[in-house]
Amino acid sequence: MMGRRQFLIFTGYGILSLFISNRVLEKLLNDFQNVSKNATPKWGMIIDLKKFNAFSIEKKEEVINVCRLEHNIPLIGGKDRVEWIWLMKFGDVFSRKNFLESYDVPVLCNHCENPPCVKVCPTQATFKREDGIVQQDYHRCIGCRYCMAACPYGARSFNWRDPKPFIPVINPNFPVRTKGVVEKCNFCAERIETGELPACVEKSDGSFIFGDLNNINSKINKILDSNYYIQRKEYLSTEPKVYYLI
Amino acid sequence: MNYKFYAWIIFLSILAIGGWIAYSIQLHYGLTVTGMGKEVSWGLYIANFVFLVGIAASAVIVVLPAYIYNKGDFKNIALIGELVAITAILMCFLFVIVDLGRPERILYVIRYPSTKSVMFFDFVALSGYLLLNVLAVTGYLLENNKWAKIFIFLSIPWAISIHTVTAFVFSGLIARSFWNTAILAPRFLASAFASGPALLVMVSLIINRYTKVEINKDAILKLAEIVTYAMIVNFFMISVETFTVFYGGISEEIKHFVYMFLGLDEFNTLVTLTWLSFLTGIISVLILLNPGTRKKEVTLFLACLLLLVSIWIEKGLILVIPAYVPSTIGTIEEYWPTHVEIFVTFGIWSTGFLFLSLILKKILKIIEVHSKFEES
Repeated sequence: MMGRRQFLIFTGYGILSLFISNRVLEKLLNDFQNVSKNATPKWGMIIDLKKFNAFSIEKKEEVINVCRLEHNIPLIGGKDRVEWIWLMKFGDVFSRKNFLESYDVPVLCNHCENPPCVKVCPTQATFKREDGIVQQDYHRCIGCRYCMAACPYGARSFNWRDPKPFIPVINPNFPVRTKGVVEKCNFCAERIETGELPACVEKSDGSFIFGDLNNINSKINKILDSNYYIQRKEYLSTEPKVYYLI
Repeated sequence: MNYKFYAWIIFLSILAIGGWIAYSIQLHYGLTVTGMGKEVSWGLYIANFVFLVGIAASAVIVVLPAYIYNKGDFKNIALIGELVAITAILMCFLFVIVDLGRPERILYVIRYPSTKSVMFFDFVALSGYLLLNVLAVTGYLLENNKWAKIFIFLSIPWAISIHTVTAFVFSGLIARSFWNTAILAPRFLASAFASGPALLVMVSLIINRYTKVEINKDAILKLAEIVTYAMIVNFFMISVETFTVFYGGISEEIKHFVYMFLGLDEFNTLVTLTWLSFLTGIISVLILLNPGTRKKEVTLFLACLLLLVSIWIEKGLILVIPAYVPSTIGTIEEYWPTHVEIFVTFGIWSTGFLFLSLILKKILKIIEVHSKFEES
């Protein structure tokens, strides 16, 4: 038989041991996370607006259109349009009226660190990869468009109709979507895998800079350290990984 | 009676078939045949869904006095309330299915569940509520029904959850300031407790008029009172939200409200509907507040009808659409449902009424036999 006093002592030891093992576990977990943080990259993009706006309109459109060709994005106008990266005016994107108002700003998925679209998806069809890219699984998506309601940047498009007839030249290396699923910019995950840069970055003549935010020596980090940049709707704390230099 | 009933059934069937034809067009061409698009990506279907979740409150409000306090007057009306709730939830599912881009994948919600998604929990809440009400009705119809009591008890907190979780689907989105407010869930509850019982009052009045079953008049009047209070609370909460937005001057959010109430420049598709909603709502509350008109069947029926019109707009189109106008990127694209959408919507509504009419006819017969048996 255990007395009351003994029982209390044992319980105390029990709680204490739980506490200690938690501490130990936490430390182990932290160490593990630090290692993996250094090991896996975290992709980010800088868009230098001054450089980009020095281009002719044809050049600007070329940067946008290369994405269309690469990813089999249908050419549909009006309410049914599908867009991964497109041009908007500075005044509208950042709701600021100043001398930059009429600047062309390329907008795309921000691959947020806290993506609201990932949280809301009822089937995990959209998810954040370890390298920070927010991906869409076209085979899992049920087409409920909850993610489109959740995205603060209008970065997601729905296939309101069969896209195939609206793709002038089909790129056989990238899937063509069916009607009824949501899609968006994937930071060219398929090109990153083979060590290439995203298509728009390659065509941008240095006005887009792409790189690893986890690597302190990367070019992207050096530019972010020494320049003033803005992000879209940073007050929402979604932590966008597309940065704009002005 | 029989002749009228069959004419009603045939009328509903024709509308339901029309809905099916419209839906097969939508399946073939995709959701491009609807008015929805890149910027306004939810429309009439989701609006009806939200409204019908509210209607499902019809059950719980009458179950409480009938079973818990064992008030005999409420027994029959409780059964009808549960049937209305079951119908409403089934229609909710239909409206979600027709809104999906890939309806054949709907079970992925269970196969690949995501516990971070409010929509997943909404699915669980609604399915659970449906099941509880089916069990409660079965319990009522069986002789030995002691076991059903636990489900009836469970259905009360569960009913609160379906409105709350449905509100969270919208209020949890930081991207849409129009929805991103804590008052949304209480508002959903208030309008649910107004609209659900209002429909129940209408169904009960029809039953009293056209069938041999007599539903207790006092129970109906008690319901009408609940409808009145809930609607007033609902109006109060709408004005609280409107004050906060306009006086606080949240520039991004004001635009949505201005679009709803006055229109933005030449974009004013919803303005008429908004004011129609308030007008019908106020008239119905005035009718209901006056005891003379509340106790008269004709005016009570009219008040409930006006109230349903008011809430259908307020918890439907003008809850969903203004959140998308202006869009998150500041552009304005307006939405108006297409013919296909309207036909599908009518189709689902008539399917619902068809189901309710047929099942009520069966159940009313049972009630009739029961009461005759008790008398002898």
